[in-house]
Amino acid sequence: MDKIIRVNMADLSTRIEAVPAEWAGLGGRGLTSTIVAAEVPPTCHPLGPSNKLVFAPGLLTGTPAANSGRLSAGAKSPLTGTIKESNAGGTAAQMLARLGIKALIIEGIPKADTWYSLHVSMDGVAVQEETELVGKGNFAVIEALEARLGKKTGILTIGPAGELKMTAANISVKDPDSKIRSHGRGGLGAVMGSKKIKFISINDEGAPKVPIADPEKFRTASRAFAKALLDHPVSGEGLPTYGTNVLVNILHEAGGLPTRNFTAGQFDSHDKISGETLHETIAARGGKTKHGCHAGCIIQCSQVYHDKEGKYVTSGFEYETIWGLGADCCVDNLDDIARADNLMDDIGIDSIETAVMFGVAMEAGILPFGDGKGIIRLLEEEIAKGTALGRILGGGAGSVGKAYGVTRVPVVKNQGIPAYDPRSVKGIGITYATSTMGADHTAGYTIATNILNVGGFVDPLKKDGQVELSRNLQIATAAVDSTGMCIFVAFPALDIPECLPALIDMINARFGISLTGDDVTNLGKYILKTERQFNIAAGFTSEHDRLPEFFKSEPVAPHNAVWDFSDAEIDEFWNF
Amino acid sequence: MEITVKLFAMFRVGRFAAGTYKYRDGITPADIAGELKIPEKDVGIVLVNSRHAKLDHRLFEGDTLSLFPLVGGG
Repeated sequence: MDKIIRVNMADLSTRIEAVPAEWAGLGGRGLTSTIVAAEVPPTCHPLGPSNKLVFAPGLLTGTPAANSGRLSAGAKSPLTGTIKESNAGGTAAQMLARLGIKALIIEGIPKADTWYSLHVSMDGVAVQEETELVGKGNFAVIEALEARLGKKTGILTIGPAGELKMTAANISVKDPDSKIRSHGRGGLGAVMGSKKIKFISINDEGAPKVPIADPEKFRTASRAFAKALLDHPVSGEGLPTYGTNVLVNILHEAGGLPTRNFTAGQFDSHDKISGETLHETIAARGGKTKHGCHAGCIIQCSQVYHDKEGKYVTSGFEYETIWGLGADCCVDNLDDIARADNLMDDIGIDSIETAVMFGVAMEAGILPFGDGKGIIRLLEEEIAKGTALGRILGGGAGSVGKAYGVTRVPVVKNQGIPAYDPRSVKGIGITYATSTMGADHTAGYTIATNILNVGGFVDPLKKDGQVELSRNLQIATAAVDSTGMCIFVAFPALDIPECLPALIDMINARFGISLTGDDVTNLGKYILKTERQFNIAAGFTSEHDRLPEFFKSEPVAPHNAVWDFSDAEIDEFWNF
Repeated sequence: MEITVKLFAMFRVGRFAAGTYKYRDGITPADIAGELKIPEKDVGIVLVNSRHAKLDHRLFEGDTLSLFPLVGGG
């Protein structure tokens, strides 16, 4: 039977509750955002006792549905001050779902200066003092916990960045190979650190299978869904072969690859860091060109990257990180970027925020552009150790911009703008501006339709149709983020007519209900409105739905494009 | 006339990454894909001078043509 588990760190008490009727149809982002909006005072300090950290597997997580193993984490974000949902793969979501845990809600802050861990199992949740692993990096935590509790243990952990409450800190999730996936964005690792929880271990021994109301209907729908994923050229062929980093060359060619802290749209050394080069390098060195971030992933867009000697360097090495340290910081050495990626995993810091931050830090003169070794040094010697400079860097792009008086700071609601220039890919600019999460490309991935010809085509250099495109995608994405599905199911869902109905059929078969396509759209709208209401109550207005000034005044080559939406045009987004 | 042709992802396998070649006047991306034995249905994205174009776009001297299969990421 599904349940809600509450842990109150103020008195170290735990409680198991039945799922309230109004939460029964929710999962993932829909549930974390509903709980945060209902229970967290919008004006509270994100690192204070009133904030809550919520974990929720998606509606289909734990079932045999392909690509359904994502976990949502939600809270008020210390980076943006808005509501936040960040989702990740790894093994924890499916274990929590099998344990019948619809949501794990962590409240309060301990009185004493003591670190704790949580252990979740069939017996409920236990709060224990932790001393051995405090101060340790995430890889050491995973290694020690596997020795202490067994190889199969699920782990959610924070590194030094989370312990030090840096606003770019993430929450790391153990993946099927005992490496790391991350709830990257929004500084949720700092929220976990504020509650003095170093790690959460999970043991799902003795857990029953996730119940399915209509197994036959589920099997049929699940087969149709998996077929759509494998039939679509993006999810079935491109992503498994080249990974997400295939985008470097495309964005370069289209003039939308932010370069040298967003001063150009093309990077001369793009081919040195491209997906094609990454694929060849991994294959030549005996790494893995395909890898799934969770059991049941059939897209396998991840990979394992080795050094010249054939030794493991990093995995889950994504386009955003490679773009950010590569083009945006002008580093053209994949080995340096890979080493930095591994360090960011170990320190427990968002690799998007940190990459954008280094672009600003280079503009500030802290490092020269192109200094990959300097990035590694600052990660190891400043951020990991929490020096004064390290804390400024660990606060993300906005923090460095403020400390050093930089005016070209690519953030919205203080969150670093990811790997697509909004001047030359205008639809994504609308998503950055209006997302309830601060700048977030995954909130409504218009790149699909602006650049990749998926779900039709809307010219990236023109304003026409961008607001509607972003709105439709943000509504659909909020719903998909509630299912526990990987966002890449959107590629086949946009192009293959059987895909979305199969997804809805799986949800219906799982719960014995009869949702329609309209119900799913309404769920997406409800989530966005709930999140926006929280933000408004926290003090945000339409004036925060804006891109930084420099995008209007600095044309970006090669198209010499500027951000030319009026405020009123942007605000049309919320007319639904 | 001379056109620079760039190929990406699996289109490079057994072909080339980039090169400048002589073509007849009035040639289109579809014609060049055909010469390279890339089936039209496999062409996902066509860029001419960094702008999206259709397969029947007329190319001119000095143009850069980029051909991608349908790929994605993010």
